[in-house]
Amino acid sequence: MITLTHFLVVSACIFCIGLYAVLAKRNTIMILVGIELMINAAILNFVAFGKYDKLNYAGQVFALFAIVLAAAAVAVGLAIILNVYRSFKTINPKNIHELKD
Amino acid sequence: MESLLFYAFAGMAIVSALLLVNIRNTARALFLLFIVLFAMAGLYLFALADFIAITQILVYVGGVLILLIFAFMLSNKELLDDLQSTSKRFISLPNWQALVLALIFMSVMVYSYISWSEHIPQWIQQSEAKGKIILSTDNNIEVLGFKFMTQYVLPFEIISVFLMMALIGAAHLSRKEDNK
Repeated sequence: MITLTHFLVVSACIFCIGLYAVLAKRNTIMILVGIELMINAAILNFVAFGKYDKLNYAGQVFALFAIVLAAAAVAVGLAIILNVYRSFKTINPKNIHELKD
Repeated sequence: MESLLFYAFAGMAIVSALLLVNIRNTARALFLLFIVLFAMAGLYLFALADFIAITQILVYVGGVLILLIFAFMLSNKELLDDLQSTSKRFISLPNWQALVLALIFMSVMVYSYISWSEHIPQWIQQSEAKGKIILSTDNNIEVLGFKFMTQYVLPFEIISVFLMMALIGAAHLSRKEDNK
């Protein structure tokens, strides 16, 4: 029998792996991947709780909204990364520390 | 059988996510993300959210991952530099602060979830008592379509306009600046 706690623990593991990727990686694309993992953990929580909400289906509906928002965030983030790479010639966030041209 | 499959999917997701953050090669890490996303879609199925799982495969694997690989290929030189400066030591912890922070966060979350599961909130108990939980025999997709067009029509429209704005913005940001 799979209970709610199973889903929550798995999503906590995925979330913390994403958190580690965001904090430790030296590559902006990998940081974006870490953010994607965190969003996926949140979606898993939405879906797991949405199982108990047959009246409104709120969990599944907002999981779909979260997927769409994550896709939009990745599109804009990658456009920004390409611009940053074009002007700084690096995507290591340690070397990107000035705003002026 | 069901819980065995659940553990298999969960283990696949967690192990390949761990491998993803440890591997040096960014292209391999992106393909490992592929496996993580598929395993997460499998986990959504166990929460009886079949449409979410299909959407996850369509949007993430079909869209987001292709975008990430595309951006990786456009900024390849920096990544090759990163690859060559890898230290050869077996145990090297350059990121121990991040590791400690993530582990503390995870221990707090898991502890609070497990202690929380002894006092399940009232609305879950009520819906379990009334039998108002989603069953595997329900027709989820039809109900979701009705919900999107009636109860959640305003967020649905807002998010479609937002998605269009984001895509126009992304196309505008990543254009070539020739005609100055």
